[in-house]
Amino acid sequence: MSEHRLILAGLDGDRTWRLQDYVARGGYEAFRKILAEKTPSDTIIAELKASNLRGRGGAGFPTGLKWSFMPRSFPGDKYLACNSDEGEPGTFKDRDILRHNPHTVIEGMLIAAYATGCTRGYNYIHGEIFEVYRRFEEALDEARAAGFLGQNILGSEFSFELFAHHGYGAYICGEETALLESMEGKKGQPRFKPPFPASYGLYGKPTTVNNTETFASVPFIMKMGGEAFMNLGKPGNGGTKIFSVSGHVCRPGNYEINLGTPFSDLLAMAGGMRGGRKLKAVIPGGSSAPVVPADIMMDCTMDFDSISRAGSMLGSGAVIVMDETTCMVWALERLSRFYHEESCGQCTPCREGTGWLYRVVHRIEHGAGRPEDLDLLLSVAENISGRTICALGDAAAGPVQSFVKHFADEFGYHIENKKCLVLPAVQDAGSQIYVSQSC
Amino acid sequence: MLDIEIDGKAVQVPVGSTVMDAATLAGIYIPHFCYHKKLSIAASCRMCLVQVEKAPKPLPACATPVTNGMKVWTRSKAAVQAQKGVMEFLLINHPLDCPVCDQGGECQLQDLSVGYGGSCARYQEKKRVFVNKNFGPLIASEASRCINCTRCVRFTAEIGGEMELGQAFRGDHAEIMTFLGRAVDSELSGNVIDLCPVGALTSKPFRYSARTWELSRRSSISPHDSLGTNLIVQTKNDVVKRVLPLNNDNLNECWLADRDRFSYEALTSEQRLVSPMMRNGEGWHAESWQIALAHVSSALCAIVSEQGGQALGALASPHSTVEELYLLQKLTRGLGSENIDFRLRRHDFRGDAVRSGIPWLGMTVADVHGLNAILVIGSFLRKDAPLLAQKVRHSALRHGLEVCTVGPNAEDWRMPMATRALVAPSGMVDTLAAIAAALAEKTGKALSDTLAARVPTTVSDDARAIAKSLADGEKTAVWLGNLAEQHPRAAELHLWAQEIARLSGASFGFIGEAANSVGGYFAGAVPREKGLDARAMIESPRHAYLLLGAEPDLDFADGAAAVDAMNRARLVVAISAFDSPVLRQVADVLLPLAPFTETPGTFVNCIGDVQSFEASTHSRGEARPGWKILRVLGNLLELPGFEQDNIEAVRDEALTGNSSCYARLNNAIGDVPVAEPPAARANVFQRVADVPVYFTDPLVRRAASLQKTADAAPPVARMPSATMAALGVQPAASRVRVRGRTGESVELRVEADENLALGCIRIAAAHASTVALGPLHGELSAERL
Repeated sequence: MSEHRLILAGLDGDRTWRLQDYVARGGYEAFRKILAEKTPSDTIIAELKASNLRGRGGAGFPTGLKWSFMPRSFPGDKYLACNSDEGEPGTFKDRDILRHNPHTVIEGMLIAAYATGCTRGYNYIHGEIFEVYRRFEEALDEARAAGFLGQNILGSEFSFELFAHHGYGAYICGEETALLESMEGKKGQPRFKPPFPASYGLYGKPTTVNNTETFASVPFIMKMGGEAFMNLGKPGNGGTKIFSVSGHVCRPGNYEINLGTPFSDLLAMAGGMRGGRKLKAVIPGGSSAPVVPADIMMDCTMDFDSISRAGSMLGSGAVIVMDETTCMVWALERLSRFYHEESCGQCTPCREGTGWLYRVVHRIEHGAGRPEDLDLLLSVAENISGRTICALGDAAAGPVQSFVKHFADEFGYHIENKKCLVLPAVQDAGSQIYVSQSC
Repeated sequence: MLDIEIDGKAVQVPVGSTVMDAATLAGIYIPHFCYHKKLSIAASCRMCLVQVEKAPKPLPACATPVTNGMKVWTRSKAAVQAQKGVMEFLLINHPLDCPVCDQGGECQLQDLSVGYGGSCARYQEKKRVFVNKNFGPLIASEASRCINCTRCVRFTAEIGGEMELGQAFRGDHAEIMTFLGRAVDSELSGNVIDLCPVGALTSKPFRYSARTWELSRRSSISPHDSLGTNLIVQTKNDVVKRVLPLNNDNLNECWLADRDRFSYEALTSEQRLVSPMMRNGEGWHAESWQIALAHVSSALCAIVSEQGGQALGALASPHSTVEELYLLQKLTRGLGSENIDFRLRRHDFRGDAVRSGIPWLGMTVADVHGLNAILVIGSFLRKDAPLLAQKVRHSALRHGLEVCTVGPNAEDWRMPMATRALVAPSGMVDTLAAIAAALAEKTGKALSDTLAARVPTTVSDDARAIAKSLADGEKTAVWLGNLAEQHPRAAELHLWAQEIARLSGASFGFIGEAANSVGGYFAGAVPREKGLDARAMIESPRHAYLLLGAEPDLDFADGAAAVDAMNRARLVVAISAFDSPVLRQVADVLLPLAPFTETPGTFVNCIGDVQSFEASTHSRGEARPGWKILRVLGNLLELPGFEQDNIEAVRDEALTGNSSCYARLNNAIGDVPVAEPPAARANVFQRVADVPVYFTDPLVRRAASLQKTADAAPPVARMPSATMAALGVQPAASRVRVRGRTGESVELRVEADENLALGCIRIAAAHASTVALGPLHGELSAERL
């Protein structure tokens, strides 16, 4: 199987992000058609439900269902928010969508706003990507100039204002309610749910929050029809999905494939393993997803259900590939440090627990592990997961639980022998590959 | 109603209740830290995790809404495991320095760790520590003990009205701090000490002075503002160590203003008068009670027999108890004088002749919740009555109460304001008349005949907006504040407030200046026919003065005139808790008075609640309760009716016929003629004088820590920048010379204040540096230095 590009289609040319190029690729047709035919919002949402589009930000919630939660007869403003706060280690798809095809996101948001009755939208862009922010602002200017945004769009009665909002680089602001808090000018900390954003969102108004890639998929669904989109993937896992493949592969990058494509095909598209080394493990859905050992992973297809059965999650589609030169204790230490730094500090288990996990893993990695540490790690992780306000606690606990479960021998060796099971020379060779050898 | 079963116990709760509410109703305690019944829900400590049927994960009881038929287990294995897990997390970075922590013994973390903590720690890594921050003179911070429950943060934002504290940084680096370089300046700041479930925020004045289990507890009543805040006074070895709130849902709820909380420090001030003192030529010497009282009684007898009873004037602080005021008026009248008053900062007493009853708030404090609009006339509400302001703020923030004001001041009250009519004191009567006119027009009701002729020709937009708020609201109120009561045309303001209330269907009343502003009337401490009021007693000096709990320079409408009048008197007897240079200058005898913690007594608050209290400690030194001093003095003077054996007898007598005290409360007032204001003159400004929150009475003026706060900064001359420009004053740290009507002048630093009516200069009263300026209202001239 090969790539199946929808969102990333036609992006090999020069300056493909411009409005004229997007229109030449068939852009804004779906939206124009909806305006011209005054398509009822029920029809749009039904189409979306038929497409089986599931949220691309990580949780995989059915998008059509989410849109249908928006109250119809709410007096006053309703808001639409695009979550481009892509901070998960290993994920780099949204920035490429915004960099190369920003108008598909704008069109997707226009259709969403039309279907849910929103009057204002914001695109919350990750704080550490400046070029992308500027490019999206340029795209907004183009869209406004062409009359796609503003009052009475294209002579219709539909009005929608869209703005870009630059974050400040906190991972937690990718959590939708923390994103809303941040956008309101407050410290980005998740809200307790319920109430959900559809009833109490931005400034307390009904709000729909979707991922960049989710919005980017919407125009294609409208154009090809929900069922056709679903058939690209498989029931419950409709359409194409962009996977950010990184790690020990020959050609890291974004690959848009049909959901349900075997992992082995994706690995082949990414050029296979660097230096022909042996695959050791894969984190299939961004750093929050539990790690999957090579043999299980090679039997998986890339869709929500298959990865879930393998004990992990498809998440945001960040596929981190690790070969046999990787020390799993070192890898976990790196991940745990990330969650320790990024915990927002609001609720107790995550605030205190992430630091504890990191300190213990750090100790093991640096030769000061104790025999009881593995039980301790699992117990602390268990006390975090499911006890926190948002999913960051689970995200921090997941890697620890899966690494210790699948690679207990490596951790045990580390604790007993105060050194890595994977010899330092081998580890060095693994990282040297990037500078010395080509694929 | 919804059915819920908690730990097998079935209860019914209203729709919208949380599991925590239901548990409270069922009498089941769920451990918690961040949850507080008066604050918003944070659901962040996770201590209240409980097991809920069909929920895959434990849920926080404080934030989980009850659904019909829900089944909850708070002590099941899963629930306790979750709670214990949270407790372990809370303790890993907590310093466990309980032996040296002030919170020890009353710490929620300590208490709950007994039930949910492990006996040894699994956490073997380094604990994170923080550098302590300076939160100001009242609150001590031990940041490392903080468990980030954010109760303090939510308090400052939701109750204090401004987010003065915040949680900075992320993860386990998160710490509570103020804005850089700022302290917590709220007049309610001390409540965060009570709210803090651990020892992260403790009381700076109380620090390291006692352990909680060593303290005796006495309930008491605050002697400061008119709310009658309920207190718990805690003592050790007969010394007051700290003051905490006593919950009273009808008054202060669980809150305490800083003034009520920290004023106890003055009880041990070096200025406490601990022995009777008598003037001895130019010097003073301590004297026994027998000799001092014998001297007072013979001197009083001599003056009264020579000059007649009217030669005597009795002036009492409105912070005195009902019993003290009652015996003082009885003694004064026994000596043949009608000259008795406790309303020392008032100027206009024309209302006395046409009052129908005792002025009060006109509504209950609890009813503030539910008001749609309120008009506050001439008030520094936030600083004058901090907890009453909090009630208004709560309604304004949560329930859309429209708050309107009329007055020369519009400082930040930390609440949403609907309309603020900014007018100089001389324009306030006309503004009220304009509001009444706009109301008459809007409601179609007619103005009363006498007032119709006094309506101004122009009605400002502000007046119309206020009239609209009052007319549109279903439940509304009009309050007259301290500035209105102290106003030179106070009776007319009262009259117009009554008219506005009549036209809009609002209740109306007085906020009240002091703890016993209502009780003083009950005690009869006001002049009847032919008697002189407080102002007249100063303007027509008496031969002898009896002074109870008041300082001549700081507690009077015109301190300079009061000092002058008393200087000229033949005899001044000051019954006072404190010594002061001015008292020594004017008085001949100083009798040491027991302050509120050392005497039983009664205050009647602004809503007419008669609240009695017992002494919390014995009297210090030779100080004695005021009622005893006055009773013995009555005996020495051989006056009838001073045979009471105990304070209850005095109280019963004072409140006789007041079995229903509430029946005597009545704000109605008859017609008052127009007092023509003095003609406006060029280069003359009107004084606006606030009595800052920590200068109000002798006790609070000597509370050391309160005197270090921003609110106790020495007075400055505040004026609009237009006035500054006209005077040629540079904005930065310039000084002006301000001259009062008598020609005396003071030098003050200038501060720009755009929240002040044009033509006004705001200079705080009740401070030694501004006494020379004379009356609270009146003309000032200013020149650049």
